[in-house]
Amino acid sequence: MIYFVQGDLIKNKAQEGITMTTMKAIEVSHLTKKFGNKTVVDDISFEVQPGEVFGLLGPNGAGKTTTLRMITTLLKADAGQVKIFGHDTVKEGRLARSMFGLTGQYASVDEGLSARQNLMIFARLNGLSRQAAKQRTTELLTEFSLEHSADKALKNFSGGMRRRLDLAVSLITRPALIFLDEPTTGLDPRTRTQMWTTIRQLVQQGSTVVLTTQYLDEADALADRLAVIDHGKVVKMGTPAELKQQVGGTKLAFTVNEQTEVAAAVKLLAAQVSGAVQQTGQQLRVSLKQLAQLTPILTALTQAKIAISQLSVQEPSLDDVFMALTVGKN
Amino acid sequence: MEIQTHSGNVFMNTTTMAYRNLLKTVHNPDQFMDVIVQPVMFMLMFGYLFGGAIAGGVHAYLPTIVPGILIQTMLSASSGSGSQIREDLDSGVFDRFKSLPMAHIAPLAGQLFGDILRLIIATITSLTTGYLMGWRPNVDFGWIIVIGLLAILTGWALSWLFALVGLLAKSAGAVQSFSLITMLVLSFMSNAFVPLKSLTKPLQVIAHLNPVTYVITAIRQILATGSWTHEALLVLGFDILIVAIFAPLTVWAYDRN
Ligand SMILES: Nc1ncnc2c1ncn2[C@@H]1O[C@H](COP(=O)(O)OP(=O)(O)OP(=O)(O)O)[C@@H](O)[C@H]1O
Ligand SMILES: [Mg+2]
Repeated sequence: MIYFVQGDLIKNKAQEGITMTTMKAIEVSHLTKKFGNKTVVDDISFEVQPGEVFGLLGPNGAGKTTTLRMITTLLKADAGQVKIFGHDTVKEGRLARSMFGLTGQYASVDEGLSARQNLMIFARLNGLSRQAAKQRTTELLTEFSLEHSADKALKNFSGGMRRRLDLAVSLITRPALIFLDEPTTGLDPRTRTQMWTTIRQLVQQGSTVVLTTQYLDEADALADRLAVIDHGKVVKMGTPAELKQQVGGTKLAFTVNEQTEVAAAVKLLAAQVSGAVQQTGQQLRVSLKQLAQLTPILTALTQAKIAISQLSVQEPSLDDVFMALTVGKN
Repeated sequence: MEIQTHSGNVFMNTTTMAYRNLLKTVHNPDQFMDVIVQPVMFMLMFGYLFGGAIAGGVHAYLPTIVPGILIQTMLSASSGSGSQIREDLDSGVFDRFKSLPMAHIAPLAGQLFGDILRLIIATITSLTTGYLMGWRPNVDFGWIIVIGLLAILTGWALSWLFALVGLLAKSAGAVQSFSLITMLVLSFMSNAFVPLKSLTKPLQVIAHLNPVTYVITAIRQILATGSWTHEALLVLGFDILIVAIFAPLTVWAYDRN
């Protein structure tokens, strides 16, 4: 897809995003923001590769929105630097702004206009010619199933429709990089799944996505890499799998049937795993580094003739990560 | 590989923003209340209520009141710019404007240029209502256009001032009450509705200090003499001075936001 914009050529930016393999999509270094004397974003640094889905996960008030607003030039940072596809957002603000689309936490569409008018006006403001704007508007209305309500006033839109329109507006120029601040907050489960599908499609088309969320399942489902943020600091960064691993890996729990055999069981477990064995009454719990450790443990228990019951093996969830890493109450 | 984008076009962006404001008004016709309903109502009410008492009849009162209400309407129409800007800034859509690669000044410029339409509508409504009530100024139609333009320019100059208030204020509500009070004080503490001579001495002093008095006097003189007067030149200069002072100030306040 090629657009002519005021005589210049805008190529499909999503495509270019892929070809720029050596270049980082985003480089954030030492970003800091204070409101009054409260440090809301505290020396945050991370990089996002082209084509990646990067998630900022954190509780209410952690500083996710503030971080995103600074990256997208809506808010001036007190310190630090942001580069988007190699362009400094302060020195080359306008160029940087032309490379991303943003869907904020709160709908940023014009309430006083219809969906079609919103798309038209934002397309024109993005520099599309009247013709191109019209065509793109029709495409997006169809793509986001808004064509039947295209000319209705936004006042009558449901939260989901407004959110879809908001995303559609962010995608007018097919930006190589998309920021989504809590894209599914307030959506019902069906609309939420639709939104996930849309986001996955964007990624398939080669876009880089940065999203924030408070939902762990969302981060797990969508993000390639996560930064867990709390009190304005990055407390952990990694793939969802890595983060789960760090919280202690797979949890094994069982109950020893005979009171007299508990001590022997603890000794046996301690020989097999590196972590501490937790004991509550006759129930024992340990963390496994790998699931493969399970078989030797069970074999050893059988050989020692220790009878057990209520065996459970639990994969760690991001919930555990969240609870372990964040303090809450910002 | 470099991603190519267009270089910004302030004029095009501003036109789009002005068009947006126009569309918003069409969707929400209440915004035309102050430029259509208000001048008609005031013209009828003042004309028929006070005409007899002040000028000995509606017809004799019209040359006084038509310029008076014209300028009063300009005051309230221009004060709309301020609350409109504040509302825009407070709504989420402004974040999107800021994140677009468009001319940074376009939302403000679009508002102020879009407002000219409101001022034109207000002027036509006021003058037409006067005409329908029997107002027949004894000058060429060209002079009616001249006073219309002078009124619009005055209104536009004031909208920069109100825009600045809107940018500095905390909420749209605050802007609205400030605007209403300013509008009432400036229009009633002037010669808009009554001859200056009928006022008490202290009020006369205030009315003489009130710029609105000069604008109205200038318009009445043009309509009475059918010629460009010294006062009119003064008003023109004053309008240009206001724009020259408040446009940069407003842009500065806008940048700070
Ligand atoms: N303009 C502002 N002035 C003062 N404090 C602010 C401002 N914006 C945000 N804050 C504060 O900064 C902190 C972080 O806010 P932020 O909106 O970035 O959090 P968040 O992680 O996005 O939270 P949520 O999940 O609730 O959206 C909060 O304590 C908030 O009160
Ligand atoms: Mg937030």
